[in-house]
This record gives sequence, structure tokens and C-alpha cells, in this order.
Amino acid sequence: MRSNVQLRFTLNGEPVEASFAPYKTLLEVLREDLGLTGTKHGCELGECGACAVLIDGEPQLSCLALALECEGRSVETVEGMARGATLHPLQAAFADLGAAQCGYCTPGILLTAKALLEKEKQPSRERIREAISGNLCRCTGYQQIFEAIEEAARRMNEGPR
Amino acid sequence: MKVLGKPRRRVDGRSKVTGQTRFADDVVLPRMLHMKLLRSPHPHALIENIETERAKNHPGVHLVLTGKDFPVTFGILPVTQDEYPLAPQHVRYVGDPVAAVVAKDEQTATQALDLIEVKYRILDTISSPEEALAKPEPRIHAYSERGNIHRLQAFEFGDVEASLKEADHVFEDLFFYEGNTHLPIEQHASVAALDGEGKLTLWSSTQVPHYVHKALARVLQLSPTRIRVIATPNGGGFGGKCDVCNHEMVAAKAAVLLGRPVKICLNREEVFYMHRGRHPVLMKFRTGVTRDGKLTAMHVQTLADGGGYGSYGAASTFYTGALQTVTYELPRYKFDAARVFTNKPPCGPKRGHGTPQPRFGQEVQLDKIAEKLGIDPADFRLKNILKANSLTANWLKVGSIGLAECIGQVVSRSGWKERHKRLPHGKGIGLACGSYLCGAGLPIYWNKMPQTGVQLLLDRSGQVTVFCGATEIGQGSDDVLAAIVAEVLGIDPFEIRCVTGDTGITPIDLGSYSSRVTVMMGNAAIQAAEKLKKLIAEAAAEQLEVLPERLSFADGKVFFEAKTLSFAEAVGFAEEKFGTLGAVGSYKPPRPPGRYKGAGVGPSPAYSYTACVVEAEVDPKTGWITVPKIWIAHDIGRAINPVLARGQVEGSVYMGLSEALMEEQVFRRLPPRLSGALVHKIPSLLEYKSLTSLDMPEVDTVLVEDPDPNCPFGAKEAGQGPLLPVMPAVANAIYDAVGVRIDELPITPDKVLRALQKKKNGEQPRVGPESFPQVPYPKPLIVPPPWEGGDGKEIKRNDAATVV
Repeated sequence: MRSNVQLRFTLNGEPVEASFAPYKTLLEVLREDLGLTGTKHGCELGECGACAVLIDGEPQLSCLALALECEGRSVETVEGMARGATLHPLQAAFADLGAAQCGYCTPGILLTAKALLEKEKQPSRERIREAISGNLCRCTGYQQIFEAIEEAARRMNEGPR
Repeated sequence: MKVLGKPRRRVDGRSKVTGQTRFADDVVLPRMLHMKLLRSPHPHALIENIETERAKNHPGVHLVLTGKDFPVTFGILPVTQDEYPLAPQHVRYVGDPVAAVVAKDEQTATQALDLIEVKYRILDTISSPEEALAKPEPRIHAYSERGNIHRLQAFEFGDVEASLKEADHVFEDLFFYEGNTHLPIEQHASVAALDGEGKLTLWSSTQVPHYVHKALARVLQLSPTRIRVIATPNGGGFGGKCDVCNHEMVAAKAAVLLGRPVKICLNREEVFYMHRGRHPVLMKFRTGVTRDGKLTAMHVQTLADGGGYGSYGAASTFYTGALQTVTYELPRYKFDAARVFTNKPPCGPKRGHGTPQPRFGQEVQLDKIAEKLGIDPADFRLKNILKANSLTANWLKVGSIGLAECIGQVVSRSGWKERHKRLPHGKGIGLACGSYLCGAGLPIYWNKMPQTGVQLLLDRSGQVTVFCGATEIGQGSDDVLAAIVAEVLGIDPFEIRCVTGDTGITPIDLGSYSSRVTVMMGNAAIQAAEKLKKLIAEAAAEQLEVLPERLSFADGKVFFEAKTLSFAEAVGFAEEKFGTLGAVGSYKPPRPPGRYKGAGVGPSPAYSYTACVVEAEVDPKTGWITVPKIWIAHDIGRAINPVLARGQVEGSVYMGLSEALMEEQVFRRLPPRLSGALVHKIPSLLEYKSLTSLDMPEVDTVLVEDPDPNCPFGAKEAGQGPLLPVMPAVANAIYDAVGVRIDELPITPDKVLRALQKKKNGEQPRVGPESFPQVPYPKPLIVPPPWEGGDGKEIKRNDAATVV
């Protein structure tokens, strides 16, 4: 029988320990061992972007990352975006402006967009297109996603009301 | 209107952005086991033996199932119950499931699949419609109409040959539309479990829980009362989760046998095998016109490649011919359609179901006709638009038609008149139109019962719970349901709790297909809500001492002038007066006027209309196509939530453009030393090209509202129709840009270059099918159109001449 390995890392701002089979991807550990099913999968081959999470603030495909690589690092998933019951401005804008239709690619796009807005306060439409070009969405045609990211940037720049 | 027509966050919006929407693969149950399917590596073979002992003995394996465990077939259409959950003997495409392993985890199940030994006897493959026509053997299905021809259909509405003979011009064109797939980002998943009473529950990413329920009862030979199917919100459907799937049947059987929950989630490669996508269709259009540009008759022939099973194919075949008549006046019409079996993944319904292919042909041919006659393509269409509230040659009843306004919108917003034929070489602009059903008029299983039901429950707290079998696939069916009930009862949609897509606790809805949900569920919801509104008004009127009909319901209040009750107070008084408050509503589409055999495909309570202008740039050196902007106007009747309506339209534009430029499901034959089998060239998301955020052009969207009396508050569909004009508008724009006709999809740079080369050589500047094979279409069923004295029934051939 194989034996599990132990991992300590920061997950959505909190220290977490997990025990799992060593071959598991971060995606699998998040969904299966930690019960955070907000992170989705569409291929498990790094093709669709649905599983994107932030590792130390950078968007990464959790289906291609071994969980073991995350020892001591900081991982953020969609479950960690809201502050208490208050949605992150990106989440609110996505919900308000139709950027989430089926909602399946949404967590990956939200986190990718969050990383972008943390680097650039007012990204151009072109920068937004580039930033999420690794996240496939089959529902929206992307227009409402672009608009929601722009609206979130605007709301974030206005600061808390 | 207090709720409808206002841009608003959808009622399920919050859960979609917090990761709380529970998709099928997110369902986790205690003691859950995992299942994997062993699939045929051969496109066509007979199973001689399956050895499962080693897999059964593998540590961690709980169950191995094969075709022997499933004696009963299933299929979505009653006429094609041709699939086994696991093939017992005959495999018909690469990926056809032959065995299943249930184990403690996915890894163990996958390992055990390798321990199953299947001995196959390889059969010759039928790889194309041409081969299917030429080779009746080896026969893929014994029940097909003739050899490997699955279905043959032919209908004639008026003497088309006579009209073509009299026409000033007759245009004959061939078109081909390559097959493509839905590619929902969510892979199909199911979890089956027995509840505390030993009844079966299946959670599944399905668009059609009712049909899955029916199929499970048949396949497992269980009473339907002991089965509950819960359609989890789908992570994209597009028709890809409309069929009843092998893995659903097998997981359910395993859960029943093991008494433990069983989960399966297909991997992406398997989703490509599951398919049920767009049929590749070869088409021939012959269309007659008068000198001044009126259409006189049309004859359409289609040949569809169905893949290995029936799926929706019998209906898809009809749809390649049924809807050519609902956009433009067409005095006479004839269509011959065929579907063949081939050893490829089964084709079925994808967004537009069987109609995008002929729509592409029809609208590109109209462009050619307009040019030849020297008429502007937009004016040509405007001249021929069908009149509202009319019957078509094939006896479809059409209601409101907002197409003229749609054309006007895209023409003026795109600067069409100043730009068409006037842009520099390499730049072009193209126009096309489309129309689609707002729900199939008849259910898949013919019956006289409603297609949808809505149940409302009111609580004295003022809480409203609405139950409906409708399935949320991203389109926003829960939001439409809440919005309509909220509008009638004068409350906030966020006050309403929606319980949907659950055959155990919700009234029926046939499913999220054929763009039927808004119209059918919406009508049922109005009926149920109006019943309760009447009771509440009666009770409130007593309290407020006014006549019930003077009361208004709005903003969470029931009032007349200054006399006001809160909605909750009014509900309380109604509960005092009438007891517990509940109501049901249901909806059945109007009976279609056509009475001939085959008249069941095409009727709908209403039809939506769309016009589209595409701007294209073509690099003559590389053939590379860039689309900077698309204008689209969609006649939606009324937009219930404009945010969602726009999303449906723009999502359709995206998918249509992606199909026009790159999406294709293609196959290749392995060399003989590697078995010579026919395999998928590209069963992966990376290789199956689709548009990304970088490729998506700017889209200018207009919602035209021409309310239809058959629809709830006039609202028509928006999920499928807006896709239809995009592909032909792209082809027409490319012609305007560089003067070459690409009469097949997708339009790739190599085809453009080939056509440009032909142009240079002085040949016909066109790439597309060169010939149409001999198809043994039957003699057509003759049905005189309404204006030729028909009554909607077919007539005997010898009577045909006597009817004037």
C-alpha cells in the first residue's frame, strides 16, 4: 500500500495541513481531500483554464501542479475571494453583468482577473483579453466578462463606499 | 413591468461566482465508489470474448460489469432504442463502452481497466456517407431503412419542378457543413446512490432529467416510482447533455447492485467520444426566383453523417429540411433528406439542431442570387420576408416576425449601404438572417399531456417556492422562472426560492432543448401565479374593502391607492380564507395545423428571428481571416432579463463564429500496420480549435422586441436562433472581401488560398463540394400548401395533378 504524504501550506489565508497520496495534483487535493469543490476542471491537461488558482498571487493551473510543490506556499481559490459575506468586486461585477452564465469557467477566470487587477489598476481591454486568453468560456462570447473585469477595476479604484 | 425587461443580476448569480453552484462532479457522498468505462479501441468490431477475472480480483475493485449485465437497449427517440449501456457484441465507434469497473478510487478503477481482456473480430469500417451509400455491408444497424442508410425522407409541398421551370432564374448550389462538437467546459458526470428507502437517486449533468428517468426505468427494469433523477446545474450544455448516456445507466446499475454511491466523471477524451454533436451535412439547393427578386420555389437535398447510433438523428434529419420556410415567403418547397450510419461517434443535437447547416446554404445562396439580380442583399431579404401570422408551404404556423426591424438595425448600425461592395480589396462585409423554434411543438414521446408544469407554494411568511422540472444549463432558466412569478405577484425575484430539475419533487419539464424553456415553463408559471394572485386579491380586497380587480401587486405590496397590505400580510389573509396556498400551472403548445406524417417536426408556439452583419478582413497572401466586428439584432419578443438575453445572443455569436472559422470534428485512418482503424484526429481541447478571448471580435447587440401572443409576456427564445446567421454572414463577408466563395465550413485559410489561386488561374473562384452522390430518396409525400387547396394532409400521388 502506498503511504500518504503531509503538506503544510496557506490556503485562502489560513494555515492548512493535508495528507494525501503523493501523485495527487493540487486540483485533486483541493477538491477531494480538502472539500473545496469551487475549483473546477475541464480537461486535467492544462488546456481549458477552469482549474486556475493563485499560488503566491500568480495564476497557475492546479491540474498541472503537484500538490507537493505547494509546501509552504500560499494558495488562493474562489472560496477565499469574498470578505466575509461581502463579495469581492470582481465577483459582484461578474454576477451583476452576466459574466457567469453556466458558471463553470467562472472561478478560474475570477482568480486570473484578480491577479491582473492586483498588478494593473486599470488594464486596457487588450490586456484583459491577453490575461484570460488561457481560460476557455463556451457560454458568454467573452464580452460580458471583459465588461465585468473593467467594471470591477472601476469599483476597486473608487475604493470602499 | 416592474421586474421584466430590467437589467438585473440573475437569481443564481451569487452562487455561480462564489464556487457554491453544485455541479454533478461536486456531489460527494459517504462511502462513494468510482467508476471508469472501458471503451472500444476499434471503430467497428464484434466482441468475441471478454475476460474480466483479473480485473475483478484487483485489490480495491468492487464490481466489473459488461454487456451481459444489460439486456435492454435505450435511446432518446422511441424509434431508435439502439444503444446498450455496455455493448454486448457489436461496437460501432472508437469509444463505444464495453465494460465498467467500480473501485475505491478512480486510479484503481483505471488500473483495473487494463486487466480486462477483450477479444475483438475487426469489421470493415464505414467512414463516410459516400461509403455508407456504396456499402450496405457490413451493416452497422440491422434496423436501418436500407443497408447503412439510417433514414430517408422526402416531402413536396406544391409542384416544385413546375415552378422551377417557370422561374426567371434557377440557382443550383452545393454546400458542406463539417461536423463539430459542443465542448462544454464541464465534462459529463453522474453520481448514483440508493437512499434510505432503497430508492435510486441519480445526480447527473443532463439537460433532460425526465428522459433519463424514463430510460433508467426501462434499462434497469425498475419501477419509475423508485427512481429520482436530479439534473445538477450543467456546466454548459449546448445540446451535448441532451441524450441519455451510457455512463448514467451503468453508474445507476452499479449503485443498485452495490448499495453504495457510485460516481463517474468522463475525461475530456471521453466527452469527444460521447459527442452527439453537429451532423456533417452535404446539401444541394435549387432555388427559383423571378427577375425582380421574389422566391418562387426551393428544392433542398441533404445527406447527413450520423455516426454510429441513432441518437436524435431521425429528428435531426427532419430539421435539415423543416425550417427553410419560416423566414421568407416560399410558395412551393420540397426536401429530400437522408441520414447514414458511419463508424464514428454518434451525432445528435447541437445548438440549432439540424438547422444551422441548411441555414448556411440558404443564406449564402441568397447572397449569390442577390448579386446576380443586382439587388442589395439586405433589400432582397426584406422583399421576401414572410408575413406575420401566416402559414408556410409546409404548414407551419408562424406568429410575430420582427425580422424587418432586425435587418434595419444591423444595416444602419454597420453602415451596410455605404460599405457593402465598397470596401478596399481584402476587406468585406456580409449579411445573413435566421429563425428558430421557441420549443418543439411536440414531445419526443407522443402524448397529449403538458410539456411542462409549475407548482407554487406560498408560506404565511410571504415566502414563495416555485417547483419546476426545468434544467439550469447556464441559460438562466431559474432566473426566468423567478422573474415571471415575481412579475405576476409583484414581488422581488430574489424573494423566490426555485426548486428545479428534480424528477422526484418537481412537476415535469421535458428538458432544456429546442429553446423551449422560457416559452413553455414561462406560460405554466404565469398560469400558476395568476391562480394564486386571484386568491390573494380576493382575501386582500375584503380586508381593504375594495373590489379585488382594483388591486395592484407591485414592490412587495398589494394595494389600491393608499390602501395597502404587504405581500406577506395579504398572503396571511388568503391563508385564513382559503387554507394552505398552492397552485399549479401547465403548458402544452397549440396543435400544429399540419396533418401529414412528418408534420411533427418543425411546429413551434413561436419563431425567433435574427439578422447579422459580419465584417471580415482577409489577407490575400496567407488566407488568414480576421473578424473585427459583428452586428447582430435578435427578435426576442420581449427580454425577460436583458443581461441574460444579451449573454445568450453574444454566446451564440461566439459559437457561430467559432464554427465558421475553425471548429471541426475530424477523423483520420490509421495506417494498415496500426490496424487501419478510423480514429479521431483531435480528441482534445487543445487540438479542437475554438475561439479564445483574443479572437473574439467586438459585438454590437440589439434586442428587438416584437412580442408574440403565444409567449409569456411575449418572450421568445434567445439561446439558439442568434447562432444561425453568423456562419453564412462570415462566408458572405469573405466573398465581399476577396471575391471567392467558400461553400463549406469551417472556412480556413487554406481553403481561402485555394480559392484565390483558382481565381488567379481563371477557374471558378470557389471551394466547396463538387458533386452530390446518388441518394435513393423515396418518392416524396405530397402535401399541397395551404394556398393550393390543401388541408394539411398528404394526398395520393394521382390526385396531385388535380389539385389546383
